[in-house]
Amino acid sequence: MAGLGGGLAAFGRCTHAVVRALPESLCRQALRSVAGPEVDLARAEREHQLYVGVLRGKLGLQVLELPADESLPDCVFVEDVAVVCEETALLTRPGAPSRRKEVEAMKRVLESLNLNIVEMVDENATLDGGDVLFTGREFFVGLSKRTNQRGAEILADTFKDYAVSTVPVHDSLHLKSFCSMAGPNLIAIGSSEAAQKALKTMQQMSDHRYDKLTVPDDAAANCIYLNIPSKGHVLLHRAPEEYPESAKVFEKLKDHMLIPIANTELEKVDGSLTCCSVFINKASEL
Amino acid sequence: MTTEVGSETEVKKDSEQLGPDKAKDKPEEASETPGDQKSRETSSGEAQDSSVPAPTNQSSPSSQKKEKSSPESKGISRFLPPWLKKQKSYTLAEPKDEPKKKATGEEQVVEESESQALEGVAQPRKSLEEATENRQNAKAGDREKHSISSAEIQPSKEDGKETEVEEVAEKKEEKQEEKRETKEVQTAEIKIDNIPQKSPKKIKTVQCKVMLLDGTEYSCDLEKRARGQVLFDKVCEHLNLLEKDYFGLLFYENSEQKNWLDSSKEIKRQIRSLPWIFTFNVKFYPPDPSQLTEDITRYFLCLQLRQDIVSGRLPCSFVTHALLGSYTLQAELGDHDPEEHSSDYISEFQFAPNQTQEMEEKVAELHKTHRGLTPAQADSQFLENAKRLSMYGVDLHHAKDSEGVDIMLGVCANGLLIYKDRLRINRFAWPKILKISYKRSNFYIKVRPAELEQFESTIGFKLPNHRAAKRLWKVCVEHHTFFRLLSPEQPPKAKFLTLGSKFRYSGRTQAQTRQASNLIDRPAPYFERTSSKRVSRSLDGAPMGISDQSLVRDFSATGGQAAGDKIIDLEAAGRAKLKEGGREEDESPLKTPQLEFTQDGKNSFLQLTHIHPSSLPIHPVSSHLTYLSPVPEIDMLSDISEEDPFEEPLLTIPDISECSSMEQTSDHKKTGTASPINSLELRPLASRGSPAVEGKIRTNDYKSTELCVSFSFFRCLSFSFRSLLDEDGYITFPSLPDVCISFLPPGLQHYIPITSPSFIPSFLLVFVLLLSAFQSIPFSLTFSLPLALSLCYLEPKVTSFSSSSGNDLNDKAEEEEVEYEEEEAQQKISSLRVDGENIYVRHSNLMLEDLDKTQDDLLKHQASISELKRNFMESTPEPRPNEWEKRRITPLSLQTQGKKGDHIFQVKTLPGKEKQWIPMPWIAGAKPEETDKRHASRAEGPCTGVSDADKSSHETLDIVEEKKQAEFGIEETLVVDETNKGKMQVATDAGETCKVEHVSKKDSSSLPSDSSSSSSSSESEDEEVGEYHPHHRAIEEVIREEQEDEEDMKRKEHEENTQHVEAIPEGSKPVPVEHTQVTVEDLVHENTITVATEEKNLSEQIKQDVGEEKEEEQLKLNGDVSHVDIDVAPQLICCSEPPVVKTEMVTISDATQRTEISTKEIPIVQTETKTITYESSQLDGNAVGDTGVLVSAQTITSESISTTTTTHITKMVKGGVSETRIEKRIVITGDADIDHDEALAQAIKEAKEQHPDMSVTRVVVHKETELAEEDED
Repeated sequence: MAGLGGGLAAFGRCTHAVVRALPESLCRQALRSVAGPEVDLARAEREHQLYVGVLRGKLGLQVLELPADESLPDCVFVEDVAVVCEETALLTRPGAPSRRKEVEAMKRVLESLNLNIVEMVDENATLDGGDVLFTGREFFVGLSKRTNQRGAEILADTFKDYAVSTVPVHDSLHLKSFCSMAGPNLIAIGSSEAAQKALKTMQQMSDHRYDKLTVPDDAAANCIYLNIPSKGHVLLHRAPEEYPESAKVFEKLKDHMLIPIANTELEKVDGSLTCCSVFINKASEL
Repeated sequence: MTTEVGSETEVKKDSEQLGPDKAKDKPEEASETPGDQKSRETSSGEAQDSSVPAPTNQSSPSSQKKEKSSPESKGISRFLPPWLKKQKSYTLAEPKDEPKKKATGEEQVVEESESQALEGVAQPRKSLEEATENRQNAKAGDREKHSISSAEIQPSKEDGKETEVEEVAEKKEEKQEEKRETKEVQTAEIKIDNIPQKSPKKIKTVQCKVMLLDGTEYSCDLEKRARGQVLFDKVCEHLNLLEKDYFGLLFYENSEQKNWLDSSKEIKRQIRSLPWIFTFNVKFYPPDPSQLTEDITRYFLCLQLRQDIVSGRLPCSFVTHALLGSYTLQAELGDHDPEEHSSDYISEFQFAPNQTQEMEEKVAELHKTHRGLTPAQADSQFLENAKRLSMYGVDLHHAKDSEGVDIMLGVCANGLLIYKDRLRINRFAWPKILKISYKRSNFYIKVRPAELEQFESTIGFKLPNHRAAKRLWKVCVEHHTFFRLLSPEQPPKAKFLTLGSKFRYSGRTQAQTRQASNLIDRPAPYFERTSSKRVSRSLDGAPMGISDQSLVRDFSATGGQAAGDKIIDLEAAGRAKLKEGGREEDESPLKTPQLEFTQDGKNSFLQLTHIHPSSLPIHPVSSHLTYLSPVPEIDMLSDISEEDPFEEPLLTIPDISECSSMEQTSDHKKTGTASPINSLELRPLASRGSPAVEGKIRTNDYKSTELCVSFSFFRCLSFSFRSLLDEDGYITFPSLPDVCISFLPPGLQHYIPITSPSFIPSFLLVFVLLLSAFQSIPFSLTFSLPLALSLCYLEPKVTSFSSSSGNDLNDKAEEEEVEYEEEEAQQKISSLRVDGENIYVRHSNLMLEDLDKTQDDLLKHQASISELKRNFMESTPEPRPNEWEKRRITPLSLQTQGKKGDHIFQVKTLPGKEKQWIPMPWIAGAKPEETDKRHASRAEGPCTGVSDADKSSHETLDIVEEKKQAEFGIEETLVVDETNKGKMQVATDAGETCKVEHVSKKDSSSLPSDSSSSSSSSESEDEEVGEYHPHHRAIEEVIREEQEDEEDMKRKEHEENTQHVEAIPEGSKPVPVEHTQVTVEDLVHENTITVATEEKNLSEQIKQDVGEEKEEEQLKLNGDVSHVDIDVAPQLICCSEPPVVKTEMVTISDATQRTEISTKEIPIVQTETKTITYESSQLDGNAVGDTGVLVSAQTITSESISTTTTTHITKMVKGGVSETRIEKRIVITGDADIDHDEALAQAIKEAKEQHPDMSVTRVVVHKETELAEEDED
């Protein structure tokens, strides 16, 4: 019985993951906040394959991989186009107009999973899934360049069971660019001033008390926590080669099964670990 | 000045005269008392009778009776407020004799309400006459004495009558009730009467309908004057619900606005329209329903949540709707039975606002999975899921933010949530909120500064209207109290004072409820779960709210009119009921609506669980010192004064109350010093405040000895506080009829322009300002009055300021005040006359705020003194350094450090501090008041000059007195029962008691100095303490440092202290306050001058005192500035250092040089002062420095004939544990010799009995004996 989120014990549970392949257009056309070195597509693909492999092979998830669409350079970042919580999926209206069509494929796959699908049709609303942090007890929505108030409202209307609090995000692309859930009740947060400020905001807004895991690097604070029945707490985090100091912090999590994953290439286009997947917990059919 | 002096002297004389009268009266009373109950009743009846008849009585014999009641009245009578007189008349109406006759004749007619009403009117007179006759017979001797007074009194009574028609009616009712009571006592005749009387009672009932959570309706008949608690208890009994504290009764006004029925108040005062229809709802949603003890409680919570869900108040997702619905089905239908439950069985139920076929299918599907769950388990599962919903238990209120954006304010167990649309945009947990207030339609929260921030911020929200703001405020107060205030260890009943309004949450807190629930020992009650269908039906097509309305309609249509008629008819009868409440009755009629006394308050006292009497300065004796609410002079005053400026900012809720308390204290002082008149005023108030005390405290006459008993209790949870503030949090001062003014001494009348409602607030403001600046109460008192008056005068001009909102307002107000102060100060200087009298007035006004006192327990145990002392010493109380004391010390130190020249400088520095401190407190408490007052004043029209202000003050005084009288009635009865000292007669008449008290005080002190002495002495002590501070200070600081002060205020204080110690404040003065500074400086100069002159005198006196160890109080003829006192104090301290222990609490009482400003006019009286301090051997260092969050502070004052009891209750939250400290000051004045030791022992014993859980930490006995009676007579 699913219950409302099933409480903390159920947080992180998932059976399915939706991912999408990289289009070649990503290298040159993907949106990026800062100009920088060009993406090494081959390496990016290798990293992504490793990423998917962990989900599928190591964690035993049913991974639904969507084909790439060359007209959608950012389509690999599936997180932004759908927010799934329990059996309800909200198809977002990405803040970047160029990405709005990414939703279509996602819609199809989610429909196939028999989820309750809510579409964001309000043309005044924008929401990137990267701005949505679900803690298991409530939502925090970053109000960023990609996400606006209206989008957050629709999210709140969609997930009525949960409190939806807004968090201003200024210096980074998404809310989850510097934070994520690293466990039930555990928020991984970057050390930057903006990150810490956002965390304080979240703490103030919440009725719950969260533990925090502060890592030196904001980018490393974006990790993936999963609760896999046979594996227990699983945490996908950035590789020590990328962020050694942050990796040390993660390594202190004794109860977690730590899986370092490199994400050097997609990071160049503001991609992070959570960006590349949508997790779905499909309870065994009643 | 000269004129004033004259009046004062006269007053004194009067008081003196009164003293003898009292003595006379007392013997008489004593003789009467033997009669026991009968006599009591009779006496009470007489008192009542006298009050009632007053209007008619003047010509009749009743007047004589009245005279009795007010033995001291001669001189005093004119001073007495008309209300008191009226009250007497009320009491008279009750007389036994009357009841009989009336009952017989009237009863027949009574059945019809109208007839009753008529009878009531006519009867009273009859009864009065009869009563008067009886009384005359009994009290023939008294008559002579009182006759004079009576004559004087009568006119006043008449006036009062005219002004208050309603009151008369109420009185009549009361009379009837009284009659009933008395009848029992009486014999056969009475019986006859009774029969008819009964009928009227029935008539009084009103039909109530309560919509229950299961959709059924509960109806019952209630007394018209029944309090909400009565109905609520009935409903819970009907429901077989024990864990009822989570629930409440709602009523709708305007069909939209839902209001919680305040169980502590009369229903009819809350719901104006006639059909009394309520809905039984969950008021506090338990965050963890699994902790509820009984399934039945969970069941009702489920019902509530189902309503919430269906109505949309509790939004949830489709899945959740289905899940919760499935549990509902399981609970009500049991396991899914395919045969029995056809496909559409679900459609009978409603699970969601918009229920779809799909949802029903999902529900059915889930229902099948719940097989095996018992109904109770299903309910539990339902709650486990529902409680996680984000809007669970969130009470939403529409509002707008400062920018006019529509938002919602949600009040929940954890704090205040701010929503914009569905999004949570901010959240303020209770710990984060320092203060909650509202003004007009604005709602304010003052928020603790964030980590890196230095200053609190006040956030304002605009609500649709004033009522909405009030409603929200109330809800916040209640939720905060219920969920936050209690710590599990102290299951206190924390009542949360909300200063700003008399409103408080009177129920149990969650912690208390849980404890109580643990005691529930009964088999699980059987109940049927069949509600959802009904609910759904009722809901079909009509939301809950609508259904309620429909109910109303039905009600009105069917029984409505009938009920209405009944009610109308019954009203007359209902009034008679007042008596039942004894106190209530008295109070209600006399009081202005705002000042309601509720028995609840009393109850609350009873409930007090943990008490640690920390400090008791005890003096005399009244055999019964159970509850003292009156103003503790020394400790209280100093404490308060200090607190207000500093602590208020910290206070979470009750800023206003504190302010009021401050004022009160100050008032007391003034009264003491000022003169008999003052004392009179104060007494009545005090008595009012604590009815229980009244009975309890009966002191023998002493020779000008005053005993101050202050008990400090920790962990006392409950108290009731009532202020002048109305429910809305506004201070409402009833406008006094011109008649009242007539009572004032002619000389004063001209000076009393106090008609402006803003006077009191302005006075408070000024006082606090001055106090903070100079830290000398006397000084600030002296100047505050004139300043306040000038403020009132200027108000009209200033109105523009008030328009601004929130912080701005506060700031502006302060500035304004400052300016005014200057002017006022000048005025004051120029015109001395007003000072003395005005001061008195102030006192009375202040007193009004302390309306609540609630101590029913009268404990009379006489144990050997030695025992008591032993016990006391043995008991290891926690020594608690009061914050007040600390503060005192610090301020004093500041003052003391600098000498004459320095004074000015210091003062200047202080203002800065003041500014810092003051702004916050003011905002919370004072501002609203001021603004209100201003408004009122505007409405009334611009005040003209000081004279107007004076008038208003008088008016307020009158009101106060009235209230006092009402209480007195209660007291009387109590006294009789408990103490058979034979002063029954006196006691009987409230008015009399008041007078007596006054007299006694005057007598005891027998001098102007008396009042002053007691109060002044206290002040002096405070100041002395302050002087000590250098040492103490250091200690305190250390302690403080040790303690983690969450409170910014404390920090500030420390800082300030340190600064002072260093010798000079660093310019931490807030710029905005410049005005204040300037004014302060001016004042300072003046002060310094006076000081210089006086110091010599003082020093001389001091020397003498030192030699004797007893300090003689020399009243300073000249305006005494606090500074002067301070200077003297150090020396004095050396002389009579009490055996104070570790704590900073320096309890040295020495000379009472503190002659306050008022004293100027008063003749000098020399008195010996002894101060003895007992402190528990174990003093916790911690206690000293406690720094917790001051949750609430109350000061309650009660007065009896020769005793004034002041109870100051401070509630602190430290580290999650709430600590309540109760400090009682008992001042006993009397001419007769009293065994002080015995009195002290008694007082301590009683205190312990009252608060078994608390420990006495400190006892201070301050004894003053007049050395020279020069001034007297």
